[in-house]
Amino acid sequence: MKKNHYVGRALLTLVAAFFAFAFLMPTVLTITNSFMTQSEISANYGKVFANAVGSANTYISDTVNLKFIPDKVSLSQYITVLIKSPDYLLKFWNSVILVVPIVLLQVGVASITAYSFTRWRGKFRSFLFFFYVILMLMPYQVTLVPNYLVSSWLGILNTRWAIIFPGMFAPFSVFLLTKFMRRIPVSLIEAAKLDGSSEWQIFKDICLPQCRSALYSIAILVFIDYWNMVEQPIVLLPDATKQPLSVYLSTINASEVGLAFAIATIYMVPCLLLFLHGEDYLVEGIAHQGSVKG
Amino acid sequence: MSMSRDKRIRLKREKRPHPSGKTARRVWDTSNAHIRDVMHSMAFMGPSLLGVSVFFIVPFLVVVYYSVIRSPINPEFVFLDNFISVLKNSSFQTAAKNTATFSIVAVPLAVVLSLGLALILECRIPGKSWLRTFFLSPMMVPVASVVLIWQVVFHYNGTLNAVLSTFGISPVDWLNSPYCQVVIIILFLWKNLGYNMILFMAALNNIPKELLEVADVEGASPAHKFFNIKLRYLSPTVLFVTILSIISSFKVFREIYLLTGNYPYMGLYMMQHFMNNTFQSLDYQKMSAAAVLMALVMVVLIILLFKAEDVFGKDVEG
Repeated sequence: MKKNHYVGRALLTLVAAFFAFAFLMPTVLTITNSFMTQSEISANYGKVFANAVGSANTYISDTVNLKFIPDKVSLSQYITVLIKSPDYLLKFWNSVILVVPIVLLQVGVASITAYSFTRWRGKFRSFLFFFYVILMLMPYQVTLVPNYLVSSWLGILNTRWAIIFPGMFAPFSVFLLTKFMRRIPVSLIEAAKLDGSSEWQIFKDICLPQCRSALYSIAILVFIDYWNMVEQPIVLLPDATKQPLSVYLSTINASEVGLAFAIATIYMVPCLLLFLHGEDYLVEGIAHQGSVKG
Repeated sequence: MSMSRDKRIRLKREKRPHPSGKTARRVWDTSNAHIRDVMHSMAFMGPSLLGVSVFFIVPFLVVVYYSVIRSPINPEFVFLDNFISVLKNSSFQTAAKNTATFSIVAVPLAVVLSLGLALILECRIPGKSWLRTFFLSPMMVPVASVVLIWQVVFHYNGTLNAVLSTFGISPVDWLNSPYCQVVIIILFLWKNLGYNMILFMAALNNIPKELLEVADVEGASPAHKFFNIKLRYLSPTVLFVTILSIISSFKVFREIYLLTGNYPYMGLYMMQHFMNNTFQSLDYQKMSAAAVLMALVMVVLIILLFKAEDVFGKDVEG
């Protein structure tokens, strides 16, 4: 009986370790491969990115070698990306000026809205909250059509605002922040009210400080979502010069695969930093969603 | 629970005799407080309500209107004509079929596997917090960043075929054959399992410990404990994870687009590809009808899932 138990646990550990390995590998490989020289990339992956190599004198291995550690660690790809071809940095900047305003504005709008949903209840408001949940659950295939229509009416199609405005009012943060705020003890708010605080003061001095970690975790979630966006730029911002790196990366010329690895790595750096710094907040943020009702 | 907080506060206030002792004045006071509440709540809600109306609700009503007229220039009411022509459209049929097939396979897998991972992490195994970090890491990595690796792995001359050939299995052109959906399902699971797992872990944590202890004392088997206790308490989370996974399954377009561009293999032509093409041709009728159909399908799905949860998790609510 006891022995069986140990075998089972070892087996579970093995399964978990296998999954962990599989989950981690693509990310790690992208990072390590970004330190390869172009010739090593061509040699290893020439077969995959067939048109990658034009000249006859480059060596291409017959098999594809998905290599973990580069033969020679080199920063040449990064130097090219960062210094010689500012094009990619420009695209990175495009991502930044799209995503940062969306995160700040969405969380800002959501915090006052969530306060309203927390502070005042009633039939109409709970219907409204339910409506926000439904809206949150609608896929892009539905919401992009109305977004497109408004953008064309307002004449902001093909500008950054076409993405920023709908992003600003996206209901996801409202939903999650309301879930957080409803955990604040009512007595705190009642006490402040008896002390003669105005609603704005209660919101600013009591509610927001209580939600600091929630705000951080929501900001991380929104950031990842928009840093990763593909659907909205394709439809609402077809102008390639304004598109974020998330779309542009796939169009990188096959002859620059080596560069692509370096750019891909640079592109994940903000996410990884946020993850390393805020993993616990993030986990808490996800865990709080719980269920869609109520 | 049925009485809202502010109502309770207001009731308390009403019971207290007013210093002036005049009933009329007290009534006026209450209604004034009520009006003030409404004003306040609207002041806080206003910006969001305005934004949501302008960018989602009003244009969606126009979308519904567009879907039942002949054309914006000739607004003749044609009722279901646009819907019928969209449903008969062969690209739409392909897109709907592929999207549905993908979701039907990928969503249950995502729910079951992530629950499995959460249960594994619940057991006493070493390095739990590391494992959690590893499982969660794919959600943080932008799809665009790892696409290169996926290309190397799933290409005809790629790693996967090389590995398979050592076992004597002939190579498969993963992205350009009926196997393409397998690839996308793997990518989908890779990205989403961690997120779902966190939701399940939180829910497992919330199951009353006493209940499980009682079950242990009474000699319940692990299977019995799982199906009769844990799963019942998990049912709201199962619902939520299912809905989330359905939503993310519609976002798998990202991976497909970044891997294969605008014109993928037939089996990877998704709803979003169809929408993109209609945006390009600016066929408002087709676009609107497709969006309304999609919205209807979503609403029906959500209602069905809510009902299912009502039936299954009834006695543990609250």
